[in-house]
Amino acid sequence: MSRASITKAHNKIQELSWEPTFVEPVDKYPTDYTFEKAPKKDPLKQVLRSYFPMEEEKDNRVFGAMDGAIRGNMFRQVQERWMEWQKLFLSIIPFPEISAARAMPLAINAVPNPEIHNGLAIQMIDEVRHSTIQMNLKRLYMNHYIDPAGFDISEKAFSNCYAGTIGRQFGEGFITGDAITAANVYLTIVAETAFTNVLFVAMPGEAAANGDYLLPTVFHSVQSDESRHISNGYSIILMALADERNRALLERDLRYAWWNNHAVVDAAIGTFIEYGTKDRRPDRDSYAEMWRRWIYDDYYRSYLVPLEKYGLTIPHDLVEEAWNRIWNKGYVHEVAQFFATGWFANYWRIDAMDDTDFEWFEHKYPGWYDKYGKWWERYADLSVKNGHGPIAFENADYEYPHRCWTCMVPCLIREDTVVDEVDGQVRTYCSETCHWTDAVAFRGEYEGRPTPAMGRLSGQREWETRYHGRDVGEIMQELGYVRDDGNTLVPQPHLDLDPKKMWTLDEVRGITLNSPNVLLNEMSPQEREAHIAHYKAGGPAGRPAPEPAGA
Amino acid sequence: MSDQTILEEPPRKQRSVPKPVFTDAEAGAKEFPSSRSRHYNYFEPRKRRASVYEDVTVDVQPDPERHLTQGWVYSFADGSRGYPQEWTALKSTNWHLFLDPNEEWEQTIYRNNADIVRQLRQVVANAEAADAFSNWKRGWATVVAHHVGAWAHVEHGLGMHVYTPAQRDAPTNMINNALAVGAVHKLRFAQDIILYNLELSDHVDGFDGQAHKATWQEDPIWQSTRENVERLTGVRDWAQAFFATAVVFEPLVGELFRSGFVMQAAAPQGDYVTPTLMGAGEADAAREQRGARELFRMLSNDPEYGDANRAVMQDWLDEWTPRSTDAGHHLQPIWSQIPDKVVRFDESRARAHQRFADLVEDLGLELPKEMQA
Ligand SMILES: [Fe+2]
Ligand SMILES: [Fe+2]
Ligand SMILES: [Zn+2]
Repeated sequence: MSRASITKAHNKIQELSWEPTFVEPVDKYPTDYTFEKAPKKDPLKQVLRSYFPMEEEKDNRVFGAMDGAIRGNMFRQVQERWMEWQKLFLSIIPFPEISAARAMPLAINAVPNPEIHNGLAIQMIDEVRHSTIQMNLKRLYMNHYIDPAGFDISEKAFSNCYAGTIGRQFGEGFITGDAITAANVYLTIVAETAFTNVLFVAMPGEAAANGDYLLPTVFHSVQSDESRHISNGYSIILMALADERNRALLERDLRYAWWNNHAVVDAAIGTFIEYGTKDRRPDRDSYAEMWRRWIYDDYYRSYLVPLEKYGLTIPHDLVEEAWNRIWNKGYVHEVAQFFATGWFANYWRIDAMDDTDFEWFEHKYPGWYDKYGKWWERYADLSVKNGHGPIAFENADYEYPHRCWTCMVPCLIREDTVVDEVDGQVRTYCSETCHWTDAVAFRGEYEGRPTPAMGRLSGQREWETRYHGRDVGEIMQELGYVRDDGNTLVPQPHLDLDPKKMWTLDEVRGITLNSPNVLLNEMSPQEREAHIAHYKAGGPAGRPAPEPAGA
Repeated sequence: MSDQTILEEPPRKQRSVPKPVFTDAEAGAKEFPSSRSRHYNYFEPRKRRASVYEDVTVDVQPDPERHLTQGWVYSFADGSRGYPQEWTALKSTNWHLFLDPNEEWEQTIYRNNADIVRQLRQVVANAEAADAFSNWKRGWATVVAHHVGAWAHVEHGLGMHVYTPAQRDAPTNMINNALAVGAVHKLRFAQDIILYNLELSDHVDGFDGQAHKATWQEDPIWQSTRENVERLTGVRDWAQAFFATAVVFEPLVGELFRSGFVMQAAAPQGDYVTPTLMGAGEADAAREQRGARELFRMLSNDPEYGDANRAVMQDWLDEWTPRSTDAGHHLQPIWSQIPDKVVRFDESRARAHQRFADLVEDLGLELPKEMQA
């Protein structure tokens, strides 16, 4: 279809909507935002009769690439280290995708602009496409990669693993709570506009470097739909900005959404790109370098800052602090180390970093070895089954961390930990902003005004608390992370598939899991204060602070 | 650690490329526990082997009643979380039993819709080339401009404000995906009609491309239908909205107009294009009805809640049937607007009622009183 005929068709389909006269529109999904005097802003012109054939063609290319990968024996060149992390990533990502589909009526219901409704409805089916195409990619991996364990329990593991729960907020956050907070600010203004670049562009690049050229085919195809979604979201935020009353809410939501996306996506994708790769060419970009380009320059400076002229208050401080966490506070390294500490509770295998990795890290992040090198050497030693337990339960100069109540990534940058009693529970937070998110933002009142539509953080957010006092072998059986011989674990601290070298339930039985939060709540106020002071003095790399003299 | 790597780094302009490495990470390269575990093992497939549809759909939307152990991590202000089962009055011992009989996923969605789009464009292009629109009998173009045009609003309203919110609200991924596909079928069909209207405006002398708006908003023939559609968009209970749309409205109004009028009346008027268009929409509506039949039969036969569900659905039936019979009844004058009456309203209505009665019986419900006579 030519551009002129698309414009003509686009204008014509606007005739389809009408103002109902027999019923008052029902507020199906609550929002505290108001759009009464919003000027209409047009999103990209989208018409279904050109959309379907266009997408079908894209699909055909994807299916062609899948056939080609199988016939070309792609898996003979795929790095296991990379594929193992895909067990985590591909268990998470279809849920955010389908949640984006589910989020569309929240935005449609809130925004009185039929033109945007059409764009949002197309996005809905795009997201069904993304979710199912990704599930299908994972199915292919399960069928053709050497170790299917972990792919085979994918969606169950996503539902019952601490790591899946961290990922789940990037999805649940789109569909629950205030409709605009969820379906516009969190989903589109931040997740899609900022973070799909690292998800669907930076990560596929790394996949290709690890011999997997299918993931790039699928995810670039997914990403090519994203500009339409971004356009939908942009139209909505401009409409919201037209009403003075929305300003404070937008500021709140942008702070929350930015910080939560950073905490979750940078944790996961940062780890995959830095620790899930065998590509150690010195000129290959680090995650920090990619972040600087995709997030800082392309998103923050080119998209977010220009919105200031419409009166939007941009969280400059939080953008800088996210960068500070990545560059100076070792956020990604701390997270990767934590995932590896927790290998015994995962559903994928994590191998130790070796000398080649060390060199690359030291080159990209000067000072890395002094912080993290010794621990990874210890990890390598303890990965060999030899009568000891997993590294989390052995002496490795590592204090198992408290969990952030809000983002559910642990409080790894120890000095930034915030402790507060909220809703009758002593909670720990990884950062001031995560504390603010729970204690201030997700409440029924904000800066003195009622926010009756705002959601709440809920659920049993601390994985460790759920299993406090339980035997690790029992936990693993209950989770289902045991291979089909009934004894060998799905997760392993190495990549050796020799059955004799693989860890089994026998090595984790008799170990009791403790929840740092339960223990914290059991302490007296004085004990707690001392404990937290000590905790905050610890790190980097989870090293406990030296005991004070005379203690 | 040394600084050697920095010295070894090649100059920036000649960027290196990753080298392929033989890893032998292919299925079957080694034997070890689970090395043959090559199917998703967290759900029971319907048949011996899971279909691709099941593999890409089941459990993607988690559920505390299945594998979700830490619960939903966000809630609405009122405390409801995730996909609350309370968002409908119907209950199920296992919502996950429902599988879309059309097995829609990414590949089928785009294949089917793209096929329809291509077929329609071909038919319209051929008709234009053959100047087929000039063969239309007098008066037929007016019927198409007014009434076929008005129908586009029905499809749009149901797609955008019934099916689209419903796919947020149901408790499983299988139900929600089927509803999402229903939504785009309706929206595409609405656009197909209105863009066809645009082409006719360009090719048929005197064709009033704007007439559909006033017809839909003001013509007494359509006001009951518009009221029915608007009321459907205002239902908060997703299953009620789907039921009242797919089980009640579609046979009594949708099929009545699409098949009972347009598809039968058009050919004698020299029009073979409009029936093709309507036929595509009718076929999609039939797909949605297959899904509805499957879902509501499952709920009707639920071992624990079947009786209660039938009572709820019977109430819905009793509430919505009069609205849709009334809407259908008001459409009657359209049948008289064509020169030769090849099709009688009573016959069309009898057929629609029969199909409705079959569906109602299949769901274990009773035909509302006014229809038993
Ligand atoms: Fe997507
Ligand atoms: Fe998207
Ligand atoms: Zn946090």
